[in-house]
Amino acid sequence: MISFKNVSVVFNKDGKDFKAVDNVSLDIQKGQFYGIVGTSGAGKSTLVRTVNQLQKVSSGQVIVDGVDVTKLSNKELCDLRLHIGMIFQHFNLIKNASIYDNVAFALKASHTNKDIINQRVDELLSLVGLSDKKHMFPSDLSGGQKQRVAIARALANNPKILLCDEATSALDPETTKEIVLLLKEIKKKYPLTILFITHQMEVAKSLFDKIAVMSDGRLIESNDAYSIFAHPQHEKTKSLVKQALYLDIPKEVLFEKAKYLLITYKQECAYEGVIAYIAKNYKVEISILAGKIEYILQKPLGILAISLKGSDQDVAQALTYLESKAFIHEFSVGDLC
Amino acid sequence: MLASTLEILNRELSKALYETALMMLISTLIGISVGLLMGLYLYLTSEEKFYKNTPINMVIGTIVNIVRSIPFIILVVFSLPLTFLITGTKIGPIAASVPLSICATVFFARIVEGAFKDVDKGVIEAAFAQGASNFLIIKNVLLVEAAPAIVRGITITFISLIGFSAMAGMVGGGGIGNLAIQYGYYRYETGVMLFTIIALVAIVQIAQLIGDFIAKKLTH
Repeated sequence: MISFKNVSVVFNKDGKDFKAVDNVSLDIQKGQFYGIVGTSGAGKSTLVRTVNQLQKVSSGQVIVDGVDVTKLSNKELCDLRLHIGMIFQHFNLIKNASIYDNVAFALKASHTNKDIINQRVDELLSLVGLSDKKHMFPSDLSGGQKQRVAIARALANNPKILLCDEATSALDPETTKEIVLLLKEIKKKYPLTILFITHQMEVAKSLFDKIAVMSDGRLIESNDAYSIFAHPQHEKTKSLVKQALYLDIPKEVLFEKAKYLLITYKQECAYEGVIAYIAKNYKVEISILAGKIEYILQKPLGILAISLKGSDQDVAQALTYLESKAFIHEFSVGDLC
Repeated sequence: MLASTLEILNRELSKALYETALMMLISTLIGISVGLLMGLYLYLTSEEKFYKNTPINMVIGTIVNIVRSIPFIILVVFSLPLTFLITGTKIGPIAASVPLSICATVFFARIVEGAFKDVDKGVIEAAFAQGASNFLIIKNVLLVEAAPAIVRGITITFISLIGFSAMAGMVGGGGIGNLAIQYGYYRYETGVMLFTIIALVAIVQIAQLIGDFIAKKLTH
């Protein structure tokens, strides 16, 4: 549905070239809920803007539904954008226009018949649960409600693709959850392909089928969401994932000299089996500090923080066994701060 | 003193009011309509997303700056040939409307340009993302978002014009300002002077009140 082929975007800042997006290639299949994650400044927003050509590419191709959008004329671009909805971090509603006019604007853009606009706006507002706010203005609404209006507007022309640029980053955790649920619901009702940019791993955990990780303009890793969380490969990914799977371990339990490990189980390995096996067969003292199960796309991901105490040799042996059964990250007291 | 003041006002006031109203009407209308277009053009030619054209933008910008830097009294003299060409006369309120309109146009153009530049870039980007045409974006986004600032700009332009129209009065334009100068200043009719000042203060106050009211209505 969307494919990036060697896409680069170079900005010229004070005479110096700065690569915001550096040779990114990525394929997004029809119907996927695809997340691009990374810290701010990683080039995610720039990349997503090349899909509807709000951002021109410096080199490479962006193929949307079989068409290379980098080669479209202005007129063709308008037509393309009608079929690509987009929502933003700061909602970007027309502040001096009513909620009705904000949604109607998208329909006017597609030259929708005047008689139909009214009916369609009502439909869209009821879809996002804001039927009673039709004659209000954006300043009368909360952040979450503004984003709902933006979603209604983005869906006005029955788009095939929905681009979300940090759509939940300006919202509090409760409202974020609401918007995430709404997007999931919409995804069920409409055959949409969604490309969602975020730095919030919490959102990534509950929304995405597939995840691509960006850092310094480059794509460093892409995989299905479960694998990204269960066994991240790249250092940057590991540190992003670590935040999301954060375990609340009191510092007081870490006073002893021991090896501290965070383990995520490989799917087929049961919990107790591994711990019990180590306790029985190695001369190490193993204790469980904290643990939880996260669900990523309905699949359970077990995370356990443990400590290993014993002679260096014994610990090393136990580690070798553990590594074959689970994914482990060592951590120290410093990591908990 | 009161008797002579009333006598002068009775004889001259309605004519002066009519002349001021005429000058203000013509120059405000032309200033706002041409200034709006010029300000919009200045904005559009400076924006990548619309019709960026640096040479044209610089030429118009420079012309605006030159006209704005000429003191009004000099502009009146400077524009006399043009005034004569357009109106067929060099004195009277209609003639005075020519330099007043020029002055209002360039003044208002910069205000409008500023008002558009202050529109949230994200809102404009969102409008482009929806596939709207430039025309629709200008009409339903730019003008709507900039409307309060533009209305405040109209108020400022109108009030400045009242001051300038008094100056135009001095060089043969007539109007309330002329009344103040001819009688209040040259003939020491303090009563007339005071009356004109009060009248001008009242006009400015009313203009400001109306302007603020409309701007507030348009802001959400």
